[in-house]
This record gives sequence, structure tokens and C-alpha cells, in this order.
Amino acid sequence: MVKEIERAGIPVVHMCTVTPISVTVGANRIVPTVAIPYPLGDPSLSAEEEYTLRRRLVQNALDALSTEVEEQRVFERQG
Amino acid sequence: MSYRVVHYINQFFANIGGEDMAHVPPELREGAVGPGMALQQAWNGGAEIVSTIVCGDSYFAEHEREAREQILAWVKDAKPDIFIAGPAFNAGRYGYACANIALSVQDELNIPVLTGMYEENPGADMRDKILIVSTSNSAAGMRKAAPAMAALAFKLMNGEEIGPSVVEGYMPNGIRKNFFEKERGAKRAVRMLISKLNGKPFVTEFPMPSFDRVTPNPAVKDMSRATIALCTSGGIVPRDNPDRIEASSASRYGEYSIAGVDSLTKGAYETAHGGYDPVYANENPNRVLPVDVLRELEREGRIGKLYDVFYSTVGNGTSVAASRAYAEEYAKKLKDANVDGVIMTST
Repeated sequence: MVKEIERAGIPVVHMCTVTPISVTVGANRIVPTVAIPYPLGDPSLSAEEEYTLRRRLVQNALDALSTEVEEQRVFERQG
Repeated sequence: MSYRVVHYINQFFANIGGEDMAHVPPELREGAVGPGMALQQAWNGGAEIVSTIVCGDSYFAEHEREAREQILAWVKDAKPDIFIAGPAFNAGRYGYACANIALSVQDELNIPVLTGMYEENPGADMRDKILIVSTSNSAAGMRKAAPAMAALAFKLMNGEEIGPSVVEGYMPNGIRKNFFEKERGAKRAVRMLISKLNGKPFVTEFPMPSFDRVTPNPAVKDMSRATIALCTSGGIVPRDNPDRIEASSASRYGEYSIAGVDSLTKGAYETAHGGYDPVYANENPNRVLPVDVLRELEREGRIGKLYDVFYSTVGNGTSVAASRAYAEEYAKKLKDANVDGVIMTST
């Protein structure tokens, strides 16, 4: 699906946990997430900490969208 | 004397449970379990599964290094004549685990390996590194897959030469062998051409590699003025799944307005996905589709706007062709709506 969005002319970032699959499939901008059932969360954290974590991950995704890439790139987790 | 086999399966085929148990770490069991029974039956005493390794699909994906170390240690101890993984059919994480652990056993322990899965499974990407038997896309194909894998495995244990992929049923691995065709090339080529001109089926002798890659689009220049849209394969839908998107092999995608929605609250949204434990997503759907954070970033002016519609489907077992068609359709809508960037989340 990411490839079709890219093909339509819109930059797209794929946020997922098993990044090797995303690379195989052909996403260009990839941001690693936490876990399969909760990519953008962590039930073991307090609500506040979890929100902070999610905000950081989304910020990574926005940074990836703002970064020029020539080829596929996995943006390693920041902070 | 019969050959010794170690078999790798996931939590589902070991009858431990479905997605709710996908987190279980590797476990060693004596003898054949689940699909191993069918393999053993096909060998008719010629080979025996001495142990079965069971590992949760999510555990393997999320703790690959630890899982690999443990599994390699067990396989090394068992000294098998072959290591068999799966078959995984179209289960993505299972196929990924089967292919990766098989490759490690082959490369690090020098033991022959065999796995099986559907050709669109992400694990099938490793077909040129390990032998992968081609199976159907669902476990209903076990009756065909098990004898095919058993037969090829037996040949490998017996040290027999392996025939071409079309005969043995494995995925073409890029290895070519010279042999004499009955008819010369010109004749075969002309016959193919005639079939093609008549719209009849023909099989090429030299398939072109298909690298379906898309050139990355330029980055978003000014995030503070950009419209960002959210999409997911994680199956987030409004309460009670109004479009009845299937839990597996989805036949459609959903298009949902989040105009005025500040956060995806429990009860108002849920997941329709049948391929992961839904407890965490249902408890807080923002864990899959982060509307809450994007609304805050929108208020703070970090992004121009969160697009008021999100697109969602269930990626579980959904074919590549179907996913492509859904996204092709909604990508056009996003483009027409002047969306500047998309965040796609997957589970």
C-alpha cells in the first residue's frame, strides 16, 4: 500500500515493528515502532509516559517525511 | 535406522493459541507435534521427528536474536539430518520466522533445511538462499503441502540429487542446470509466440526479474503548512466495524472521517484485525493510529493540518494484488485532496 501512495506522488512513511518486511515490500521511508499489537504505544508505561513515547515516534515519522531520501532508508529510533 | 528431523512450528500449529499467544518464547518438545505428524506419516518410518521447536510469531519478530540463539542451541544438540520449518502458508510473521531460522541453521550449523509457504509470503523473499516449497495461501492446503515437503526433505536427507523446481515443487532459487531439450530453441520460441498472438497461455523459459520499486518522492518542505493523512493496515475502524471489514483476507478498505475527533477513544474505535492480539488496540486505538498526537501537533502548528479522513484495512492474509488495488484507489483520493504526506502504520 505504501508503494501505491508513493506512486500517486505523495511522500509516505511506513511505521512498523518488523522493518525487514517493510524493506522487502519496498517502502522508502521506514520508521521502527514498539511492538506488533501496539506499534505506537506501550501498555507497561503510565498513560503519560506512553503518550510521550507515541509523540516521539510520530515526530520521528514527520522528520522522515521531511528528509530527502534517494533509496530505501530505515530511520533508526531517535532518543 | 531412520533419519533424524527437527521441526519448527509456531504457537498456532502447536495448539497453544492464536494471536493472544503469539508472544510465547521458544519451547522444545519431544517428538512430532501438529503438522509434524503428517510429515512423519509420509516418511513411513524412514525418518523421525526427534523434537519440535515451538515459538510465538510475535516473539520471534520482536526478539529475533534471543530466539535464534536458543533455537540454534537446541538444533545443534539434536544433531538432525534435516531442519524443517513450517509450512507457514500466507502467515507473514510465521513465514519470516521460518525462512530466517532455516537460513541460520543452514549457514551456521551446516545442516540441510527446508521450509514451505505461499509465494507472496514475505519470507519467500529468501527463496534463493534456502529451499522453500511453494504452498497454497491457507492452512487448508496442508494436505498437499505436507507430502510435498516430506518427499523433498527425504531426498535431501538421503543425499539424492534435487530435480528442477517445477518437478520438485520448490520455489525457483536461481540455480540453473544444463540439459538437452527435446526440441530446439527456435521451434519452442515460435510456438510461444504463436500462443501469445492467439492469446493462449504459454510459459516463458526466461522470466524477467520484477523489482517493483518506486522512486521516493521529494520530502515535505514545510511541515508547518503540510496536510498529513493517516492510513493503516492495522484494521482500526469505528465501533462495530460499520463496513464489516474481514478479520483476515480483507475484501475492502474503509474510509472514515475524523473531523472534530481529538483522540481515538476506547469504545468509539476498535480494531477489526484478526492477526494480532486486539486487546491493546481496543483499549487505546491511538496505539495503532496516533490521532491524539497528530491533533496536538496540529494545534501547536507543527503540522499544517491532520487530514480529516483516514483509510484503513486489515493486512492479515490480504493478498498483494488486493492491497495494491485498495491503496491505488485511496491514494488517488488523497492526491486529489492535496494531501502532502502520509503516515502508514502497520501491526
